Amino acid sequence: MKPILQIENLQTHFFTKAGVAKAVDGVSFDINAGEVVGLVGESGSGKSITGFSVMGLVDAPGRIVGGRIMFKGADIAAMSPQELQSLRGNRISMIFQDPMMTLNPVLRVETQMVEAIKAHDSTISKSEARVRARDALGLVGISAPEERMRAYPHQFSGGMRQRVSIAIAMLNRPDLIIADEPTTALDVTIQGQVIHEMQRLCEVTKTALLWITHDLAVVAGIADRICVMYAGRVVEQGPIASTISQPLHPYTRGLMGSVPSQNRRGQPLQQIDGMVPSLLNLPVGCAFQNRCSMVSDKCLSETPGPTDVGGKRLVRCVNVGQEQAS
Amino acid sequence: MKPILTVSNLSKDFIKPLDLIAKFLNKVGQDNKEEVVHAVDDVSFTVQRGEIVGIVGESGCGKSTLGRMVAGILSPTNGSVEFDSAQTKTSDLPQALQTQMIFQDPFSSLNPRKRVIDIITEAPIFHGLIARKQKNEFAAEMLQRVGLDPDTLQRYPHQFSGGQRQRIGIARALAVSPELLVCDESIAALDVSIQAQIINLFVQLRDEFTLTYLFISHDIGVIEHISDRVIVMYLGRIVETAPISSFLQTPNHPYTKALLAGVPRLEVGKREYEPVSGEIPSPLAPPTGCHFHPRCPFAIEKCQREAPVLRELSAGHFSACHLNDEAQS
Ligand SMILES: Nc1ncnc2c1ncn2[C@@H]1O[C@H](COP(=O)(O)OP(=O)(O)OP(=O)(O)O)[C@@H](O)[C@H]1O
Ligand SMILES: Nc1ncnc2c1ncn2[C@@H]1O[C@H](COP(=O)(O)OP(=O)(O)OP(=O)(O)O)[C@@H](O)[C@H]1O
Ligand code: SF4
Ligand code: SF4
Ligand SMILES: [Mg+2]
Ligand SMILES: [Mg+2]
Repeated sequence: MKPILQIENLQTHFFTKAGVAKAVDGVSFDINAGEVVGLVGESGSGKSITGFSVMGLVDAPGRIVGGRIMFKGADIAAMSPQELQSLRGNRISMIFQDPMMTLNPVLRVETQMVEAIKAHDSTISKSEARVRARDALGLVGISAPEERMRAYPHQFSGGMRQRVSIAIAMLNRPDLIIADEPTTALDVTIQGQVIHEMQRLCEVTKTALLWITHDLAVVAGIADRICVMYAGRVVEQGPIASTISQPLHPYTRGLMGSVPSQNRRGQPLQQIDGMVPSLLNLPVGCAFQNRCSMVSDKCLSETPGPTDVGGKRLVRCVNVGQEQAS
Repeated sequence: MKPILTVSNLSKDFIKPLDLIAKFLNKVGQDNKEEVVHAVDDVSFTVQRGEIVGIVGESGCGKSTLGRMVAGILSPTNGSVEFDSAQTKTSDLPQALQTQMIFQDPFSSLNPRKRVIDIITEAPIFHGLIARKQKNEFAAEMLQRVGLDPDTLQRYPHQFSGGQRQRIGIARALAVSPELLVCDESIAALDVSIQAQIINLFVQLRDEFTLTYLFISHDIGVIEHISDRVIVMYLGRIVETAPISSFLQTPNHPYTKALLAGVPRLEVGKREYEPVSGEIPSPLAPPTGCHFHPRCPFAIEKCQREAPVLRELSAGHFSACHLNDEAQS
């Protein structure tokens, strides 16, 4: 079966006065139907821009300058504006960290949901659309949806607003949802509710999910596969269990070690010294070289390409996987 | 041993003033009352010297308000904060200096127009802790303490990364030799790999200078890692406080249990989330009795009527839940 989404060597660059920021620079990964893929990495590593590129939300001075995005085997770049419009919002939808990116503060929740439904199905009657909207709110755990949908977004708490935006994202039963830090602003118990609803909905509708976050522990709990980004590239990807229990890329290893965990209480956390280089000023070779404990001469001249290390895992490091390959 | 910090029956109310429309409607005969938020509601606890006490709880439960009262930058409505200083006997430092607060945002809490050297030495010079001519040497030592290169003394804050700026903020706090640090979400704005650096620094400073910490965070993983003892708050009240081992192994309060169950954990792997039901109630209209009762799966009739008090279950482990009354009587 073809993957729902295939991203091949995507390059999205920002042409700023200070120079070209290669925010996404050669990203490739697939998402299959019903699969949850976690996209993690430091702030500024290109996670959101990857999602925005798929959604066609990259604004000037940014531009997709290379690669392909395929949806169910069809190249998005070759689609007509109408096809694209129905794709985004109908077949693919996006959830943001701030639900107000989706919600209009001056319209009742009901109005917004009915409009979203009618925009993609002009034959549906208003009352039918209302029923669907109400049921969608019920599905994400909003009690008394009939009454609640007459309220304005500001009359909801943060967690409820996020659930409304999830309900809107699910309205047209999309094949793919891109969720950008959907629970980062929420409290633990509310985060649990939101994750629970999304897990359930995706399972029922077989919707694929790209979950963007910097929180490794959240990804560990929900994803089937994980992609780890650093400075615009996916440096490691693979099945969640093996990648977490045995990370291979030095950055992924450092990242896992720096997450506090119950069985390492009292010991210092592993830390990655130094900081992320500026995207405007990336070094020749591996972008992680200034922070890497395994750095060697090769890293300073060679840009590591993705190496298949077996077990459906890809790693971008000149010092990992070579032994298996040779 | 006498605790370094004794907080007794501390409360803070905020009054939400009426807006213009409500004021107008009152003139024409309506009766709109000002709303009161009990941000911190009759909170008592003690902290021993050298202890790291973690404070957790959901947004709006009063963690920052409590921290600011302990740091002396917000005056309580009721109750007291008593500080037993090791230094007051030998110097006449104002008490405000002995407790320093480290904030979430390393960007806005540093003056962008000042050089690092001045940011660090301003307070100690003002209070006569160091002489002006020691400035260079002193600032260099502080920077080294927090793991920054002393050669960067003449730079401005914007020339540093987020993690480095947070280090400068810590160096500035350490410069007045505080005995207690109140850290309010001090690492929340940092990347995971940088968070680890700062957490390690806090622990190292505690060991070197016997610093005491109140460590406020919504990140329970971090709290578990760093704390010797944990205080759990819900809508202004302490619902449970326990040494870290009891907190992890035998949490008592239903809210604490729900919180711990919801924490995503790296080592657990893929799982189904079983959420706590219900919303966090508005602090303007907290539920009667036990504030947690509308969300509590174990609530009994009494819970709506009566607020449970903290009872000691084992040494240093307190919980405020009516289920413990049953067990005792
Ligand atoms: N409008 C813009 N102009 C210039 N550079 C930009 C612009 N938007 C984004 N970038 C750059 O693109 C890079 C990737 O940004 P992106 O938002 O994808 O990061 P992220 O991984 O989502 O980070 P975070 O975890 O902070 O959300 C950043 O380094 C950022 O500086
Ligand atoms: N200056 C203020 N004026 C009015 N109300 C306030 C003020 N400061 C805090 N509050 C209210 O007091 C309650 C407790 O707020 P506080 O900031 O202490 O919570 P918190 O636990 O730190 O939350 P968070 O995790 O979101 O930082 C909240 O309901 C808040 O709206
Ligand atoms: S390529 Fe070299 S510098 Fe980069 S991660 Fe691998 S070992 Fe480290
Ligand atoms: S007092 Fe009652 S409502 Fe409150 S936590 Fe205990 S059982 Fe639940
Ligand atoms: Mg982002
Ligand atoms: Mg706060």
